[in-house]
Amino acid sequence: MNLENIRDQFPILSQEVNGHRLVYLDSAATSQKPLAVIRAIQHYYETYNSNVHRGVHTLGNKATEAYEGAREKVRRFINARSTSEIIFNRGTTAGLNMVARSLAEGVLQAGDEILITQLEHHSNLIPWQQAAKRTGATLKYLPLQADGTVRLEDVEEAITERTKVVAMAHVSNVLGTVHPIREIAAIAHRRGAVMVVDGAQSVPHMKVDVQELNCDFLAFSGHKMLGPTGIGVLYGKEEWLKRLEPVEFGGEMIDFVQLYDATWKQPPWKFEGGTPNIAGAIGLAAAIDFLETIGMDAIHRHEQRLVAYAMERIGQVEGIQVYGPKERAGIVTFNLSGVHPHDVATVLDTEGIAVRAGHHCAQPLMKWLGVTATARASFYLYNTEDDVERLVQALIRAKEFFGHAIG
Amino acid sequence: MQLDELYRRVIMDHYQHPRNRGRFGENEGIQIELNNPTCGDRIQLQLKLNGDQIEDVRFDGEGCSISLASASMLTEAVKGLQVQDALALSSHFSELVRGNHPEGVDLGDLEALQGVSKFPARIKCATLAWKAMEQALGETSRES
Repeated sequence: MNLENIRDQFPILSQEVNGHRLVYLDSAATSQKPLAVIRAIQHYYETYNSNVHRGVHTLGNKATEAYEGAREKVRRFINARSTSEIIFNRGTTAGLNMVARSLAEGVLQAGDEILITQLEHHSNLIPWQQAAKRTGATLKYLPLQADGTVRLEDVEEAITERTKVVAMAHVSNVLGTVHPIREIAAIAHRRGAVMVVDGAQSVPHMKVDVQELNCDFLAFSGHKMLGPTGIGVLYGKEEWLKRLEPVEFGGEMIDFVQLYDATWKQPPWKFEGGTPNIAGAIGLAAAIDFLETIGMDAIHRHEQRLVAYAMERIGQVEGIQVYGPKERAGIVTFNLSGVHPHDVATVLDTEGIAVRAGHHCAQPLMKWLGVTATARASFYLYNTEDDVERLVQALIRAKEFFGHAIG
Repeated sequence: MQLDELYRRVIMDHYQHPRNRGRFGENEGIQIELNNPTCGDRIQLQLKLNGDQIEDVRFDGEGCSISLASASMLTEAVKGLQVQDALALSSHFSELVRGNHPEGVDLGDLEALQGVSKFPARIKCATLAWKAMEQALGETSRES
């Protein structure tokens, strides 16, 4: 299997939408799923569906083995030291909320500072607003350059002795900016702050090594990396996971329960109350196998080539404005002058091209850009130059259509 | 799916040359603002009532061609109507854009928006201003 024939592995991509071959350019919202993932989930439900960690029976053991095997696979994929640092949950939103909530309950105090950026997805912004409100901590924003990048000098200045948390996306879901997390984490640690990373748009697309980044937390979602929806991962350094209290209580996470008190299991299980998404974890493991067969470096190179080509070709369309820096991950966010992004997306849809239009769950960033909405094309390993070409031709037609309709 | 089915000439005309856009005085009449949280569209509506009659109506806001054209068409359609009739029109319109043309009802220019029914993601764009009006009028009728 290689990138040349990879599309055959994604049944959904072979269909026609509105009479045209589907061009799927919305992988930053959710990725498509290869047969291997779909089959792994089906195989689980058909042959060994059982609850984990409790059954004495054979199927229960098999399910537990697969579930814990998935945890080991994730550990290796992001190079965590131990599986005790890998918490399964619903996705990035759940992970970031859990960290913010736990830190608010156990660490943050009035007068502390939380540092984020205006680029953040709402899921790495609202949990910190809430944590600040609950604790009396102050939420601060790191200044951005005109192209949406951050400067380390500004980071040095913004992180003070009062800063307890620095939370940032590794890759912006709108601008595709790649933030220098390793350097920012080093500055944060020098001042005694915890480094929380939203990895939703990085982990699926590039080799992410948590020990190299030296972040304290990293949250990401299975469904953006070829896995199913409803499964995600929160990586947390062991020392932090030992220190923090769970925010959800119930089955699975307890050690010993008495009438008026209870004790918890060791991490990661103390953070996994309730029956987990077993099929989701198994699907995610199959997705990681698939990604590793291709190779994260090969995927990254492919997307880099594609996005460079897309930036060049899209930039040539008259009236196009592309937002964000030149160097970027596989995300191109743009507007076509005189045409609202919804209308752009509708025109593209009639030609079988799927893009996202709207605020991309980043309203403060839209405000910073001075727009109410944008259109976004995002790429993954199954996209081709032909997809980019189809997009460009459709944008030209959208421009013509609205030009005529308006003029 | 044909683009012309959605973007009729009359819609593009309202988008390009919106009617009754702006405001009549800061604090006059009933004012309401409604967002479409999924996309960031935002419509402000201002209604001046004389008894039960809508004497004047203005809109402002940001949005796509469908939401702005629909708001512009709303202002023309409901000006001079009794509140009750405006609400009835709103419910007919809501049916229209969902693909159920109300029998025996002539919706005039608004019928141009029936193409929206073939684009389910855009129904919310078409109904945003109408929902704003329903809320504004609903609040007055509750008060009285």
